[in-house]
Amino acid sequence: MTAIVTVKNLTRRFDVSKPWLNRVIERLPKRKLVAVSDVSFDIEEGTTYALVGESGSGKSTIGKMLVGLLDPSEGAVEIEGVNLDTETDRARIDKVRSDIQMIFQDPYASLNPRWKVRDIIAEPVAARGGKTQGLAERLLEQVGLSADDAGKFPHEFSGGQRQRICIARALASEPKFIVCDEPTSALDVSVQAQVLNLMSDLKDDYGLTYLFISHDLTVVSHMADTVGVLYLGRLVEEAAPGDLNARPAHPYTQMLLDAAPQLDGFGREVDPPKGEIPDPINPPPGCAYNPRCPFVVDRCREERPQLRPFGAGRVACHRAEEVVARMDKAS
Amino acid sequence: MTDAVLSVRDLVVEIPTRHAVLKPVDGVSFDIAPGEILGVVGESGAGKSMTGNAVIGLLDRPAHISGGEILLKGQRIDNLPYARMRKLRGAEIGMVFQDPLTSLNPLLTIGDQLSETMIEHLGISQAEARKRAIAALDEVGIPGAADRIDSYPHEFSGGMRQRVVIALALCAEPSLVIADEPTTALDVSVQAQIIALLRRLCRERDTSVMLITHDMGVIAETADRVAVVYAGRLAELGPVAEVLGRPRHPYTEGLMGSTPAASAGRARLHQIPGSMPRLGHLPAGCPFHPRCPKAQDDCRTDPAPTLAACNGRAACWHPVNSPESEAAE
Repeated sequence: MTAIVTVKNLTRRFDVSKPWLNRVIERLPKRKLVAVSDVSFDIEEGTTYALVGESGSGKSTIGKMLVGLLDPSEGAVEIEGVNLDTETDRARIDKVRSDIQMIFQDPYASLNPRWKVRDIIAEPVAARGGKTQGLAERLLEQVGLSADDAGKFPHEFSGGQRQRICIARALASEPKFIVCDEPTSALDVSVQAQVLNLMSDLKDDYGLTYLFISHDLTVVSHMADTVGVLYLGRLVEEAAPGDLNARPAHPYTQMLLDAAPQLDGFGREVDPPKGEIPDPINPPPGCAYNPRCPFVVDRCREERPQLRPFGAGRVACHRAEEVVARMDKAS
Repeated sequence: MTDAVLSVRDLVVEIPTRHAVLKPVDGVSFDIAPGEILGVVGESGAGKSMTGNAVIGLLDRPAHISGGEILLKGQRIDNLPYARMRKLRGAEIGMVFQDPLTSLNPLLTIGDQLSETMIEHLGISQAEARKRAIAALDEVGIPGAADRIDSYPHEFSGGMRQRVVIALALCAEPSLVIADEPTTALDVSVQAQIIALLRRLCRERDTSVMLITHDMGVIAETADRVAVVYAGRLAELGPVAEVLGRPRHPYTEGLMGSTPAASAGRARLHQIPGSMPRLGHLPAGCPFHPRCPKAQDDCRTDPAPTLAACNGRAACWHPVNSPESEAAE
């Protein structure tokens, strides 16, 4: 197995300072928000890598950097061995670009309301001067719509159907790697099930590689081969979904799993998690999770834990061994 | 039932349009007992929010109640004049909506908003109201309530704002709270906090809750009984462990199957084919039959099954998991 995507020490900072004049008059310093901080992972060809995290954890920012919608502040993204930021060979850039596609969260906002579905789907190919004859019709049938739908406008479709159109558009240029940013969180459960199944089928048929971004750990367990858990822009744990659900090694992952409502948890009394995600402009020193962590010791407040191999996965926690041991004892 | 806090009987909501009269809610009946949490679950467009809005008299024109009755502690409230209904809202029925930012006035401090509600409904003095407002904020777990009472809504995070909204809904000590998707806009960890808070407060005060949500997991953990809504009708109604654990309506069964569970691993999800019919294009017979794996000829021709016609649990001519169907196998 080879890695199709390699992310190395990726960091992205956003400048959220007040305007220049205000800064001078009010003597305010510049303010930087670190949305993604030193994240590294590989995605093997033909697998699904999922990024999970709550709002503000930087999962969408990583997705945008992977497809090139945002530039990294530090670190590098290599897709098929090409770093799109530094590569100078036009032909290689073009080749890699056409291998990457993205599916967005909101199917209402990501389709041009003035274009016919046929034009929307064929656009990624038409933009490169490719042949588009019959392409949209063929893809529409592939995603479970009918070929006649090609002449309609987006407003004639429901949310789930629109997301199918987005998937058809993403497939048009025959990509190898698709970034899916919360593709089903705007959909109802029964429609979500249809779209998730469709995505799994297409992955098998075309040998696609997905980066699947979601806030929902249960959806992710159905889709992913590897799950990366993000907290405040940092990758805190990486494991196969089965291992992650059975033996979460990071206290944050444990908290997430525990807080997620369970279908058979009738009358379950959860000890609700404490605190909220801290301000990303002034993250706490050391481990970002330390103010909420039940396992916190002085070291956590001083030294930022590095992602290290743990079991079959990786974890960024000084006390992962104790965390797992405590859980094993409790169960 | 006369001791129910809320009784809804054959509620019909109509929206007259140029082409047809649409019925987003069609013959819905249920009771909520004191201190009970009734979960109302369904997909978008099923009519669950419409039912909630009908109960509190907040239907947007031209939607209106065209049939049935709504009783609060035995008193009819569906035909009250606007001014009386306005008194009732907040005092007897509290509300928590999905988006906490739009249900708070951005120009008033949260202390003012809480005091206003209490002065209006409880008739207490300004000073007393302020004291109680601080206590209310303290109770919903806002740290440093006395300092934060003069803050504006934008100074709070999403989870904290929803706590303020819950304080606001409960401050006049209503007997019923209608919570319409109270945690949908929130992260999982915050959702767990808000659900635990809502449950604790309602248990302490013996307040009934009508919890409207699309999230089966939230319903499973929070509700005592659950009503499953499909195309404006009740598909299934019963104790939560029975309805979600051994669903009798094929729609409920399908919904449970399509909901991803963390423990299931990388299995294919069960999917319900098609999508919910649009209002005005409801199929004849049972509204679920085009998507139903168990549909038979009588489902297509017979009038739509109602709860009352089908032993009160699942509105289905051929229920699954029922004692009769299992005996037949």
